[in-house]
Amino acid sequence: MYQFSGKLKTFSLALILLGVIGIAYSFLTAPSTIQEAKDIIALQSSHGSDHGDSHGGEHEDNAHTKNYESTSGEHNSSEHIDQEMSAHGAHNDDSHAEHVLHQLQNRPWSAFYVALFFFLGTTLLVLAFYASQRVAQSGWSVVLFRVMESITANLVPTSVIMLIIIILSAMHMNHLFPWMAEGTFDPSSENYDAIVDGKSWWINIPGWTIRSIIYLALWNAYRFFIRKNSIKEDTANDGGKTYKLNYNVSVGFIFVFMLTETMMSWDWIMGLDPHWFSTLFGWYVLASLLVTALTVIAFVTIYLRSKGALPGVNDSHIHDLAKFMFGFSVFWTYLWFAQFMLIWYANIPEETTYFAARFNEYKLPFLAMVVMNFVFPILLLLNSDYKSIPWFVVLGGIVILGGHYLDIFVMIMPGTVGGQWYFGIPELSALLFFIGIFIFTVFSSFAKANPIPKANPFLEESEHFHYYNIEHRGEGSENHH
Amino acid sequence: MESSKVIHAFYNDDEILMDAVKAVKAEHHHIEEVFCPFPVHGLDKAMGLAPTRLAITAFFYGITGLAFAIWMTNYMMIQDWPQDIGGKPSFSWIENMPAFVPIMFELTVFFAAHLMVITFYMRSRIWPFKKAENPDPRTTDDHFLMEIPVHNNVDELTALLTKTGAVEINVVDKH
Repeated sequence: MYQFSGKLKTFSLALILLGVIGIAYSFLTAPSTIQEAKDIIALQSSHGSDHGDSHGGEHEDNAHTKNYESTSGEHNSSEHIDQEMSAHGAHNDDSHAEHVLHQLQNRPWSAFYVALFFFLGTTLLVLAFYASQRVAQSGWSVVLFRVMESITANLVPTSVIMLIIIILSAMHMNHLFPWMAEGTFDPSSENYDAIVDGKSWWINIPGWTIRSIIYLALWNAYRFFIRKNSIKEDTANDGGKTYKLNYNVSVGFIFVFMLTETMMSWDWIMGLDPHWFSTLFGWYVLASLLVTALTVIAFVTIYLRSKGALPGVNDSHIHDLAKFMFGFSVFWTYLWFAQFMLIWYANIPEETTYFAARFNEYKLPFLAMVVMNFVFPILLLLNSDYKSIPWFVVLGGIVILGGHYLDIFVMIMPGTVGGQWYFGIPELSALLFFIGIFIFTVFSSFAKANPIPKANPFLEESEHFHYYNIEHRGEGSENHH
Repeated sequence: MESSKVIHAFYNDDEILMDAVKAVKAEHHHIEEVFCPFPVHGLDKAMGLAPTRLAITAFFYGITGLAFAIWMTNYMMIQDWPQDIGGKPSFSWIENMPAFVPIMFELTVFFAAHLMVITFYMRSRIWPFKKAENPDPRTTDDHFLMEIPVHNNVDELTALLTKTGAVEINVVDKH
């Protein structure tokens, strides 16, 4: 049995505490009045920073303010004109200041939401990957089952936090989702938005809230069931009955997961830009989270193996995980590019605004993530020998994790904070907070069960798994055939 | 002086063959060739063959294909005759780059795949109308054959090979 060391526990709690302090600080320092927002704008202009420049610019600036406007649903056309005028002229126009105020007020929420979605989604995809391994009756990954199960323990706290954020959003405590603004669906309101109103059969607060709760409930139900029954499998001794039940439930979960994952990506991410739509968006989010999930599995596996907690895991298992990281990195790039290129090529204004907003205001993260999520893993993990060297996999994995955090960042931030983005205390402290929770839940969960799923019919095969092409360090060639 | 005779040992099971190869290697006899009807996993390792470098050649062929695609799209679409086709920006290659990616991808794969296959044929000396080199037709069906050159040690080798489970041992002239 693995012992969750006191040192690691203290470390994770320190991260959580640090995160909480940073999150509290970022909420307390967010501006609450238009005057404060104006002061911040004035400060930015006087410093001549990027943001200040973009507001003081001339023609190009006009276009990009409009781009942002059309991706967020909370502004009507009369405000639009004010917006354009204020972008050209002085900054004392109230509607512009109000707009920036909303963005600045959104920032601590968005920063938290990005980290939350990153960790919730990653954990969810570990669960889905685990279910797929059961359904595929894969022979190699059985010794990693307990690692994956432990990682899914992180689903519980992240789901609870997500539930809170959902309820707070539905109660209008934040401006994350533009379509939730007062009067969006009311033709007599000056906030009325006919396009978003046309979608109100799907994006309305009660429906959205209920759906969100259903997704979380279904995922957690499967995770609760499979964790309990997987441990039960060890001692069941019932001729594979428990194993078959777990198999059948996993088949059902894969089906439910594919439906809920797609709808989740519409509700939680695409809803941030309610004027925009993309058909392969659910797949794109899936690919991003799946790469992250596999990297996280590889990291936890490499860490636990280095602590001697995973006797059945050899270099071939690491090699396979790295192969998955490599393969799904390419898959992510394929979907990212397919989505980008189709929109770029046809250049239909209502779709292009999405990328225009990102390319104008998020150029560095937008381009950096292609390098981090594609070029780097391609070159690093192409070689078969490198894929079985733990520190190489960790090196590649860190860049992949960073790249996919950026990916989620670029999905969420433009719709909520627009040009007011920055990677600072709110973003960093939210990340630390969730990393702390992750370490705490995952390793305390791993310490609670036998690290080897003893009665799994494929365990023997998994322990002797050997990819023919690589030499195992610290083992003779006669150990494997 | 190079020997003019070789010994042909036949086996009818790949597991027995593997053990025989290891035994012969342990006695420091040189194995000229092993003929099998299908791939035997681990045989190359047991014989001590060097790993293939075919994947490395494929990587460089792929890079060549990518470079060719970049050069071709740039020359045709940007340098030679930069037309306005449906409003696509043809002022510089990078501006119109997304439209060239499918070509870049396909040519990378095309070069990597085909040149690697041709490299394989050349290095393995396989081509149409090539005379088949199998010393015994049974090696393409259900027998494995190990070929060892003889240096005045026929009896010693025969004894060793019999012990390893060979079903038939022939001393033949080198072809």
